[in-house]
Amino acid sequence: MSLLSQDAGPLPHVAADGTVIEPSLAGVGDFVALMKPRVMSLVVFTALVGLLVAPGHLHPVLGFGALLCIAVGAGAAGALNMWYDADIDAVMARTAQRPIPAGRVSRGEALGFGVTLATGSVVVLGLVANWLAAGLLAFTIFFYAVVYTIWLKRRTAQNIVIGGAAGAFPPMIGWAAATGGIGLEAAFLFLVIFLWTPPHFWALALCRAGDYERAGVPMLPVVAGTQETVRQIRLYAIALLPAAVAPWAIGSAGPLYGATATLAGAIMVALAWRVRDGGRQAKTLFGYSILYLFVLFAVLLVDHALFGLWAAGARAAG
Amino acid sequence: MDEKRDDDQRGKGGVVLTEEQKRRQRARSIAIALVLGALVLFFYVITVVKLGPGVLRRPL
Repeated sequence: MSLLSQDAGPLPHVAADGTVIEPSLAGVGDFVALMKPRVMSLVVFTALVGLLVAPGHLHPVLGFGALLCIAVGAGAAGALNMWYDADIDAVMARTAQRPIPAGRVSRGEALGFGVTLATGSVVVLGLVANWLAAGLLAFTIFFYAVVYTIWLKRRTAQNIVIGGAAGAFPPMIGWAAATGGIGLEAAFLFLVIFLWTPPHFWALALCRAGDYERAGVPMLPVVAGTQETVRQIRLYAIALLPAAVAPWAIGSAGPLYGATATLAGAIMVALAWRVRDGGRQAKTLFGYSILYLFVLFAVLLVDHALFGLWAAGARAAG
Repeated sequence: MDEKRDDDQRGKGGVVLTEEQKRRQRARSIAIALVLGALVLFFYVITVVKLGPGVLRRPL
């Protein structure tokens, strides 16, 4: 029977198992929202920096293709996260209007969308760049959707610490796409985002502790209290400073990056020290943390363009 | 023609889409078509870049 046949008829009201099938209300924008475009933009940016500062050379068209795959893979992870978390999204003010809790997209549609994008992005990245980058992308999607979303998020207050690794992989994937390997510099870029994630998310969690409590998500402010969360935010902000400066210290980045990482890191520590509760200071830290990561990676890119040859020369001389 | 199809669907006990559902279905169909078209172009360009001039040198 042809798929285009008029005899194919409309959808039945009731499926074989008795479930009522409603026609989809999803608009194109809902599927875009499933991919968490704001998270995706940060993923694409950090992956772009990893790809451009890597010593290997990738044809610009292939580089664009690799970035597209990383973006789609990140979107797939976002869709799978929304598929599984639809129940808790519905009770949190920040997420209640997402496509699934709002009733515009069914969970099945989100699952199918996520799995299709995940499979496609990994396979195409393997063909466009290399299979190490594709393997890292597959692991990242698995880590975010399964290890973080399904396993850790509802079980431990360390959910975003361990789960933060998923957000830290993109520059490493970009690096692997360009070089076919993983260098020490890529590991430092991973470490920067890994250590940046806890103060970033816990600042938000301090402001939204009530939401997380209602949803039954054991975020640190909910299970350990405000004071312990503030203490850990400060510890991670302190640890982040030397990790961010390290690429300059080992000669992989130039003085512009080194100065920026030191100054921006010191401001991050100072803002972390001002946080007392879920008030204005926590919101300031959350906003600044986004700016911090963007500026750090942007300056790394500029620094690479300005001092790339210098850094390479210094390495050769050393 | 749409009205006739709707009448047929009602007769078969099927789902009749509302105007809003039809509009969204059409938007999804157009988006899928555009994505598929972009993918065709993407794979074509990637293939040429990966294989280079060799893509035209095939044994007869």
